[in-house]
Amino acid sequence: MTYKATVNVTLKKSVLDPQGKTVLHALEAMGLNQATDVRVGKYFELKLDAAGEKEAGDHVRTMCDRLLINPVIEDYTYKLEKL
Amino acid sequence: MKAVVVVFPGSNCDTDCFNVLKDVLKVPVEFVWHKEGSLPDCDLVVLPGGFSYGDYLRTGAIARFSPVMQAVKRHADSGRLVFGICNGFQILLEAGLLPGAMLRNRSLQFICKPVTLRVETVKTVFTQKLKEGAVLEIPIAHGEGNYYCDEDTYQRLEDNDRVVFRYCSQEGALGEEFNPNGSRGHIAGIVNERRNVLGMMPHPERASERVLSMTDGLGIWQSLAGVS
Repeated sequence: MTYKATVNVTLKKSVLDPQGKTVLHALEAMGLNQATDVRVGKYFELKLDAAGEKEAGDHVRTMCDRLLINPVIEDYTYKLEKL
Repeated sequence: MKAVVVVFPGSNCDTDCFNVLKDVLKVPVEFVWHKEGSLPDCDLVVLPGGFSYGDYLRTGAIARFSPVMQAVKRHADSGRLVFGICNGFQILLEAGLLPGAMLRNRSLQFICKPVTLRVETVKTVFTQKLKEGAVLEIPIAHGEGNYYCDEDTYQRLEDNDRVVFRYCSQEGALGEEFNPNGSRGHIAGIVNERRNVLGMMPHPERASERVLSMTDGLGIWQSLAGVS
């Protein structure tokens, strides 16, 4: 079966995000004062083949842990969708 | 002393490192392409600066999987020397040979300028000919040199005298205004627990000849030159 995995990567809460801070300041400078915090993350879309959802999840986690994210500074969540 | 300079696709300080080792220090040195699965017999491996794999995904994240990195890890595990400069430092972090990670510079800008560093320890092979507390002027050139590690790791670095260089004023004082990128604890360079792997963001190879107008990096290379 073919699955689509979407992976959302964010900087850990304990890590300062200079990019997010700059975006927040830009929003404020534009008069858009509603946001009180901005964190900039990363997004991956993967297509993969697996026997079932459990196996697909195992593959995605392995890919994230070994390459897609750096566990020192990043956290991630993922969703699977059967295609 | 025999040295090797590893070349990744996108390395751009490899020739500078080669030049310092060969022409300034008169040390036998050779290039090794990143596809090699083994290293020639050598004492020192230099991972040079640059933009390996275009910095795709994260700096150093792809280079870490180059075949040569297995050999570099074995070299380090055997107690011999590994020296990562700038992108080389980033690769060592991604490979887990040094602790921590790099974030975007606090200013979000790529910074290319001379900075001043304080020598925090001379109890490493890399700094044995320097003076503790000495201030070196050496250029940086990076967009992601904002060193980060968690509290426990930082404490371990401190307790074990593993912070080798800190960004400082010209007089050697620490302060946020002298920290170009926002690095935790003003860190510019660290060693591993065994003290045979050094990573630093500034480029000593760009400050080791009078013709380049800066020579403060030379002491690091001279510390290494006598090793056999």
